[in-house]
Amino acid sequence: MTELIDRTDTAADAPVLEELSMQQAINRALRVLLAEDPDVLVFGEDVGALGGVFRVTDGLQKEFGDQRVFDTPLAESAIMGMAVGLAMNGWRPVPELQFDGFAYPAVDQIVNQVARMNYRTRGAAPMPITLRLPSFGGIQAPEHHGESLEALFAHTPGLKVAAPSDPADAYGLLLQSVRSDDPVVYMEPKARYWDRRPVRLTEPTDPIGTSRVVRPGRHATLIAWGAMVHRCLQVAELAAEDGVELEVLDLRWLKPIDAAGLAASVARTRRAVVVHEAPLTAGLGAEVAALVTEQCFRDLAAPVQRVTGFDVPYPAGPLEPQYLPTIDRILFAVQRTLEY
Amino acid sequence: MSTHEPPGQGAITVDHLPPDLTRALYTHMRTARDLDAEAVALQRQGVFPAYVSVRGQEAAQVASAAALDPSRDFVFPTYREMAAALAYGVEMVAYMATHRALWHGGLYDVMESRFGAINAVVGGPVPHAVGWAVGERMRGGDGVALAYFGDGASSEGDVHEAMNFAGVYGAPVVFFCQNNRWALSVPNERQVAGGSVAARARGYGMAGATVDGNDAAAVHGAVTEAVARARRGEGPTLIEALTYRVEPHSTSDDTGRYRDEAEADHWRTHRDPVALLRAAMLGAGHATAEEADAIDAAAAARAEEIRDGVSAAPEPDGSELFTHVFRETTQELTRQRRIWEEEVQP
Repeated sequence: MTELIDRTDTAADAPVLEELSMQQAINRALRVLLAEDPDVLVFGEDVGALGGVFRVTDGLQKEFGDQRVFDTPLAESAIMGMAVGLAMNGWRPVPELQFDGFAYPAVDQIVNQVARMNYRTRGAAPMPITLRLPSFGGIQAPEHHGESLEALFAHTPGLKVAAPSDPADAYGLLLQSVRSDDPVVYMEPKARYWDRRPVRLTEPTDPIGTSRVVRPGRHATLIAWGAMVHRCLQVAELAAEDGVELEVLDLRWLKPIDAAGLAASVARTRRAVVVHEAPLTAGLGAEVAALVTEQCFRDLAAPVQRVTGFDVPYPAGPLEPQYLPTIDRILFAVQRTLEY
Repeated sequence: MSTHEPPGQGAITVDHLPPDLTRALYTHMRTARDLDAEAVALQRQGVFPAYVSVRGQEAAQVASAAALDPSRDFVFPTYREMAAALAYGVEMVAYMATHRALWHGGLYDVMESRFGAINAVVGGPVPHAVGWAVGERMRGGDGVALAYFGDGASSEGDVHEAMNFAGVYGAPVVFFCQNNRWALSVPNERQVAGGSVAARARGYGMAGATVDGNDAAAVHGAVTEAVARARRGEGPTLIEALTYRVEPHSTSDDTGRYRDEAEADHWRTHRDPVALLRAAMLGAGHATAEEADAIDAAAAARAEEIRDGVSAAPEPDGSELFTHVFRETTQELTRQRRIWEEEVQP
């Protein structure tokens, strides 16, 4: 169910090891998708000549033409509404909404139309749409550029939600999302766009809805997604200096959630801390805590801890580091579970 | 100023229409009228929980749908397009199933009938028409998308966004606004700034036209022209069909609280699109009175047949709750389905 990050490909045709950022890895995935399926369309604000505000679509219009990769006028709801109509005409739309906070104007189309059309039409009109949504905070951006909408989308019947944490996984998850005939909200952690590391870009092998253990440990499980996975790895590194071995579980699919993967890890470690950027109340951490508690009640040595953003609007730059879960806050939570 | 100065008083003409087309329009309009009456009765009898009448809008709907080609075009309806569905060839028992609350979107196959699912989000399907149309041009097809919406929906951001997109892309879309004067309880003068939905076309770089929505020939002509233009690659058109909702917004509405029924009576008596077309058809010699009577009888029979069909249609099985949520279901949903089987299933 879970998979270690240490992939050791030994086959002769194993992908080469290369140094890539997440933004480049997503770009590579889009190239693969555009090349393999003539129905794939990439569109949104500024995704054409500019290559997107984060350059994720860099060069795609040049390579695949301005029909397959095209700019739209600035209207998020119509972008998603257009995706519905394109899907009804047999296309496989991959729209981008430029920033998380600007998905709100499109929520009607996403929730009332995209998520329900297959249901409403009893399977006659599937919506193989992948919404690429640069998400979460951590880049000291203006207001509405640092939001975490995963709870809203995970709560919506008919949607699947993915949030990768590193370049290799971003590549694989996007391939899976776009090839899926269900609509997927693919949340790109913009704070990790420029995270360069040696990676092998491989075809995804785990089914949709599989989490992965990115660092094994035995004293407690840190559960996170997106940019918080990296933070949890930092925490685990520090804790290890004190002899505390933390397991870090990258949830990566926020719907469907890998309940079995959560249970397998926490049953072993007996302690869980879930970490996310979104505010606490009714955040996805509550869902994770409930799943862990329901499945591991007798194994748990301490209540599940949540380390999240505060229940305040996402703050401006100087306050951002105090809003987002800090290494210290996560360590305190770990300590609470160990000393419970 | 109200958008509702009925453009003509009294007679319409169908002298220029082919006789068979005239009879076809009349047949559909007559059938829609009768089916509408059957539906209201079914609501009164408790068979339908609610119903939204199309009475008075038969010309706008039938004549617009009849100007399309169901083998290559695609219709994006709202929730009040029964007469359009009928004229377009949608399977009507399956369509009316939505009013019996058997399934929200209707039970017809939207892809096969090329008539989108019944949609209760006012203005929501209008950008779908644009997406479909942009995709159609990219495929090299010559199909045209027609989006129905009302005067109330013309206030929705989605409608404006969709028109702008269509203008920018030159998409083959016909935006067909049935301005029936009343958006539930709010009249045009408190809904449509500037007094004209059609006038907005200019701002979006497209052709716009106002047409007497109760004149089947006029509607058919305007939509035929718009469809031909779109097919030729000359872009979208906005048509505003001026009509009137003579019935309440829905069977749950109470018009006495907001409008003078004398106004509705005027439209019922002097502007009834079915009566206008019948008179014009006879006047043009496109049918004899006996032939018209025969159409009326056949229409009534078909309406009854549809009524009986929808009344007898089976309720969906509870398992349908889960069947179409995803193409590839999830373990969690499978688990919930098991709960339904064990704890809910009758």
